[in-house]
Amino acid sequence: MNVSHPGHLPHGPAEPPAQRLARLRGPVPQRSLDARALAALAANPGCRRRALLDAAGVDKAALADRLGSPAPFGQSPFAIVRGNVFESRVKADGYAELLLLLQQRLGLPEPGAAELAVPDLLPRAGTAVRTERTRQVLADAAAHRGRWTLLDHPMLCLEVAGSPAFLEPDAVVVRPDGRWTVVEIKSFPVLDGSADPAKVGAAARQAAVYVLALQQTAAELAGVKPDPDPYAAPEGLAAAPDTAVLLVCPRDFSNRPTAAVVDVRRELSVTRRQLQRMTGIEQLLEALPEGVGFDLSTDDDGSPVRSTGQLGESVAAVPAAYSPDCLSTCELGFHCRQEARCAGAVEQLGRAVRGELGSLRTVGDALAAAAGAGTDPADEAAARLARAAALRAEALGRRPSAPGSGEAPGV
Amino acid sequence: MSLLSTLARLEAVRSGRAEPLATVRHRHLSDRPMVVVPLTAAGEAGAPLAAMLGTDRAAPRLHVVPQPLDRDQRFAFLAALAADLLPYLEGYGEEVEQVEGTERDPETGERTPVVRELCAQAPQLIVPSAAGVDQLGLIGRSTRFRRTADDADAGPHPVPTRVPLLGRWLTHLRERSEVPGSSLLVAMTALLSRHWATGQSHLEDQHLGALLAWISPPPGMSGAEAARRAESARDERGQLYCPPAGPATDPRFDEKLLAPAVARYDAARAALRARPGGDERAERHVRRAAEEIRELLAGVLRPTWDQVWHGVDLLRTLPPAAHLPERWESDRWSYTGHRDRLAAGEPPQPRHDDAVTAARKLAQREREQAKVELQEALDDPLAMAEHRLSGEAFAGTVVDVEPAYDTSGRSPKPRPLVTVRTADRPHADPGREVHRAGGPAAQKAEIVAVDPDDGTLTLRLTSGMGRRKEPEPGSVPQPGEQVVFTLFELTVRQAAPLPAPEDTPWTHGGPPSAAALAPAAAAAGSDPITDPEDWE
Amino acid sequence: MDPVDPTASPAAAAQRVTAEILDAVLHGTERGVVVDSPPGAGKSTLVVRAARELVAAGERLMIVAQTNSQVDDLVDRLAETAPELSIGRLHSSDGRPAPEALRHAGVTASSKVGDLVEQQVVVSTAAKWQWVKDVDPWRHAIVDEAYQMRSDALLAVARLFERALFVGDPGQLDPFTVVGTDQWAGLSWDPSRSAVTALLDHNPGIRPHNLPVSWRLPYSAAGLVSRAFYPFTPFRSGTGEGDRRLTIGTRGDGGPVDAVIDEAAESGWGLLELPARHTVRTDPEAVQAVAQTVRRVLDRGLAAVSERGTAPVTADRIAVGTAHRDQAAAVRSALTALGVPVEAERGPAVTVDTANRLQGREYDLTVVLHPLSGRPDATAFHLETGRLCVLASRHRHACIVVARAGIAELLDEHPSTEPVQLGVSVKFPDGWEANHAVLARLAEHRVSHRP
Ligand code: SF4
Repeated sequence: MNVSHPGHLPHGPAEPPAQRLARLRGPVPQRSLDARALAALAANPGCRRRALLDAAGVDKAALADRLGSPAPFGQSPFAIVRGNVFESRVKADGYAELLLLLQQRLGLPEPGAAELAVPDLLPRAGTAVRTERTRQVLADAAAHRGRWTLLDHPMLCLEVAGSPAFLEPDAVVVRPDGRWTVVEIKSFPVLDGSADPAKVGAAARQAAVYVLALQQTAAELAGVKPDPDPYAAPEGLAAAPDTAVLLVCPRDFSNRPTAAVVDVRRELSVTRRQLQRMTGIEQLLEALPEGVGFDLSTDDDGSPVRSTGQLGESVAAVPAAYSPDCLSTCELGFHCRQEARCAGAVEQLGRAVRGELGSLRTVGDALAAAAGAGTDPADEAAARLARAAALRAEALGRRPSAPGSGEAPGV
Repeated sequence: MSLLSTLARLEAVRSGRAEPLATVRHRHLSDRPMVVVPLTAAGEAGAPLAAMLGTDRAAPRLHVVPQPLDRDQRFAFLAALAADLLPYLEGYGEEVEQVEGTERDPETGERTPVVRELCAQAPQLIVPSAAGVDQLGLIGRSTRFRRTADDADAGPHPVPTRVPLLGRWLTHLRERSEVPGSSLLVAMTALLSRHWATGQSHLEDQHLGALLAWISPPPGMSGAEAARRAESARDERGQLYCPPAGPATDPRFDEKLLAPAVARYDAARAALRARPGGDERAERHVRRAAEEIRELLAGVLRPTWDQVWHGVDLLRTLPPAAHLPERWESDRWSYTGHRDRLAAGEPPQPRHDDAVTAARKLAQREREQAKVELQEALDDPLAMAEHRLSGEAFAGTVVDVEPAYDTSGRSPKPRPLVTVRTADRPHADPGREVHRAGGPAAQKAEIVAVDPDDGTLTLRLTSGMGRRKEPEPGSVPQPGEQVVFTLFELTVRQAAPLPAPEDTPWTHGGPPSAAALAPAAAAAGSDPITDPEDWE
Repeated sequence: MDPVDPTASPAAAAQRVTAEILDAVLHGTERGVVVDSPPGAGKSTLVVRAARELVAAGERLMIVAQTNSQVDDLVDRLAETAPELSIGRLHSSDGRPAPEALRHAGVTASSKVGDLVEQQVVVSTAAKWQWVKDVDPWRHAIVDEAYQMRSDALLAVARLFERALFVGDPGQLDPFTVVGTDQWAGLSWDPSRSAVTALLDHNPGIRPHNLPVSWRLPYSAAGLVSRAFYPFTPFRSGTGEGDRRLTIGTRGDGGPVDAVIDEAAESGWGLLELPARHTVRTDPEAVQAVAQTVRRVLDRGLAAVSERGTAPVTADRIAVGTAHRDQAAAVRSALTALGVPVEAERGPAVTVDTANRLQGREYDLTVVLHPLSGRPDATAFHLETGRLCVLASRHRHACIVVARAGIAELLDEHPSTEPVQLGVSVKFPDGWEANHAVLARLAEHRVSHRP
């Protein structure tokens, strides 16, 4: 097998980022960024490690496995079945329930069966063909005002850091008034009109990625450039994508769909910002030391191309920004936590603690300051910690500088 | 997070085990709590899978739904749960004490003495985590409107008689749990993290196993190691040693063990159905398959069950805070009120609060929040330290007392000057009113002078010294005495009155109608009560 | 939304809107009239006008404000501009109204509403009005700073009046609570929302009016504040470019503090930027920089030149705004150490307060400690648009912001994973956009400071 190893190849500054990223990943399939992954970029935008791995299309879950800290994520087969059953229920009977919900929630004229077009989007074709087909259908629909066109699992494309990301919304509807509405089908329930805000938030961020892709498509079809101004009000076809999406969920404890209109303008501007940052990936690449690579493939004899040690060093070479939120948002969470703990970083206790500790970045420094060994007497944080330590000792009836509870771990 | 609790977490990182965040126990703990560990089927809101419960740690009772999508089985589960829980919940309604109070006559406005019943004790449900609290609320919501066979209009799927009653109790307990400091329904993670700081973040503290690992790590292990083991260590079958505390189960458990077991159970039932006459072997298969599911679920519930009881033991090592009986009395009133509403035949709690009820609840919660903060500060020097650190209180030693009098009125009043030495730096400017904490009676003072270099503050006591010219003995702190003063008031203000719901003003849509209280249902054109809630 | 007609003069545009509002108050079919007022758009003037016209039409009215100082200000203003009115100042039994409110002949104060029902106008806080009972409802009410009022407070006082004019600034800080309210999210009567949003949801016929002109903000600020914080209801300044100036008595000493004062006097904005560093909230260097700036402004004898004439910028015409109370306390003691008066009881003093308490206030010059300065991470609190909006819109002439470098990066690295409640309309613009808009402008007026 002819594998090119990063570091073995000379590379000049002229190497295009996409190629360099591909080299970092090695000859394994690229984990393409889907809408969920793009939406997750907003979870920790300060983390270069994640930005780089995502841009390079590295399978972070597999990487975490190799590093010995597997990601704790998984989906129950029950939940998967439930999700599929619900989606097919929503789309059953020629999308009757879905159209009814659209019409009710968006205040549109009642859909007559005759006016509904459900074009074949070539679901079995390759992504490029599907994307082109979706584009055509949208262009067509724009030319036929006054009818409903339902795009079931269309394929959209968004350029992210130089490579295309292919996105597949549950559905996009072209309404009789010419507007395009993203439909997001989720299997968490809407109970008495409200739903888990964290889940709705995630759905909204995901839907915003689709809206962004649609805005690009619409602008291209209209022959204009998409306007980055968040308050811009484009005209004509470019204005077709609605920034409110329809979220379809099971109602109460049943399997019947209900829907809510979710305004994703805020999420849209967040996504736009994050994608702009992704284009800054070149600087990250330039700062990479030689020899860094995340090749997870194996040689012919089944032995890994890169040893665990090499992978670990490569990961360590890219700066991270760990916070406990990572545990639920990033596959490398357990790995980066371990790293943060070894380094004694105060972030292991939560994002918020940093605000109180000012320039004290490690547990050791903070505790030293609390013990009154503050290096800088003008340091407000150290002074406050020392005062806090004195108060704490007084309240607990300890001698002021007694370390911890005085007990060794595990005694 | 406050700086003091951050400091405690930092200390915990160093010592490798959790550090105290309180010197006393700030939440009521029943002598006979009911521990409930609920599980749900993944992806199914309110579709219960199992529950382990009981008041005796050695004898947990287990209820299981072998096929969570089967309506009859779910109803049977709910009936069993009701039969199990209701005697405990209702059992505290008998023993009452008579409490004298006054009531204002709505006509004349005069206050008349009344005697009211107050239940002497109340139930306490403990679930593993906040998600468990929500889960009980969901069960409450899904059952309280159900019709039973006893109802005139029973609908297509009547439930066993006591199920809606269970729903009303669970709904009440869930509501009550929103009130700060209340203890009728509590999450063990919340109880423990109020009293101990771990060397990890709040987010990680939501995992009961990891939290306990920090508070009492097994011998030879640090809290961090033990917590990591609790979070992710798996056995040779790939199953977690410490299963999640629910209500969701581990996806790997679902995939590898539960789903196959449910499939076997379904197959066995299908085989049985295929023999209309019945068949002993097929029946045995069904029973065995159900028993297998039961054992699997018992296996993942038991560790959590033991953890909750372990938590109870740990909490019992702390002495109760002084204000606990007072706060528990509010819980008893809440319990008594619900008992009375049930007895009076009132309908189940509506899906949504009306405008007035919502505002009233918000006011109550805000008042109770203020009260808990105050009482905790008075009960626990570590809680008071938070206020001292933020400059809202100061503690110190009296160094000088100088008698002084206010002679502006007809008779002179005592206004002694007290000088306190303190290392605290309160945001106290001269003229500011302060309140004495822990004194013999409520007492106010005014700051007269602050000398930060000397570390002294001089105060003029302005109340709490009796009516005579000379202060009551013991009412003025003496030199050498330790005193604490706060810049905030030590009592909580009354909430302002609100209109009756039927007088809801036009600004808030006027008096509520039934339709207005169920906007979602009205929009969807369905009736929440009779609409079949199909899970298939 | 009333479009801003760029051809009409500011005065004419404002006049037209005011006439519409007064007509709606006196003769409208809706029971409620809502007026959205951007910073300094003549809200108080409108309130006084409406009160006078209502009384002239033979009505008695009640006025609801949110804090005691707002009530005292309003009473003072009413009595000053309309000495013919009889005004009742209703106060709580343990509170004393400010002397400014009581110095007028037409003002009567009492803690019992029964003593005041004969007055043409009765003014009090929402908190006090909630306890009022056994009175006949007023036909008219004016609710001032209505966006700061919580829905539950309106619920408690609405029984006291039949019709009401609600005036407030939608861009300022939302009311809040520290306890859980999730169960009511999405309900139109969620008690923790602002009173105006609840009112509008229940009375869809009410269309808010927009005051189109800010008389407070100078030309240099109105455009930015309008675009950053009111993107969908733009407004403009009542004065034109160069109409407001600050003159400086003495030349600068060449240091950065003087340089930023010069810059702000010249352009209306100044950014005194300290080196990037993570600090605690009460960053001593930043606090010191704030205090020195104020000290130098006083020392150098600034004068405000405006349509009102020329007047010295004295201590009472200056405010310092912070995000947190401990920051305000730290600035106050730093100012005291520099001999700057901060106690209003003893003569003209610099106001030092948090954004919450500066709402509705107006000064010639403000010095702002940027809410994100020195922070290792941003939180929803610090990003709240209303906070920055209040801080950036209190001045008639100039605003000097003191901040550590690195805020833009901090914003970029802030996770944006807000939960979304169904049925709750999103607050737009979001803090990120607004913060960046303000930062971009400030960057044009940056002076580096290395203490
Ligand atoms: S887990 Fe690591 S790589 Fe992932 S976002 Fe957090 S710090 Fe970055």
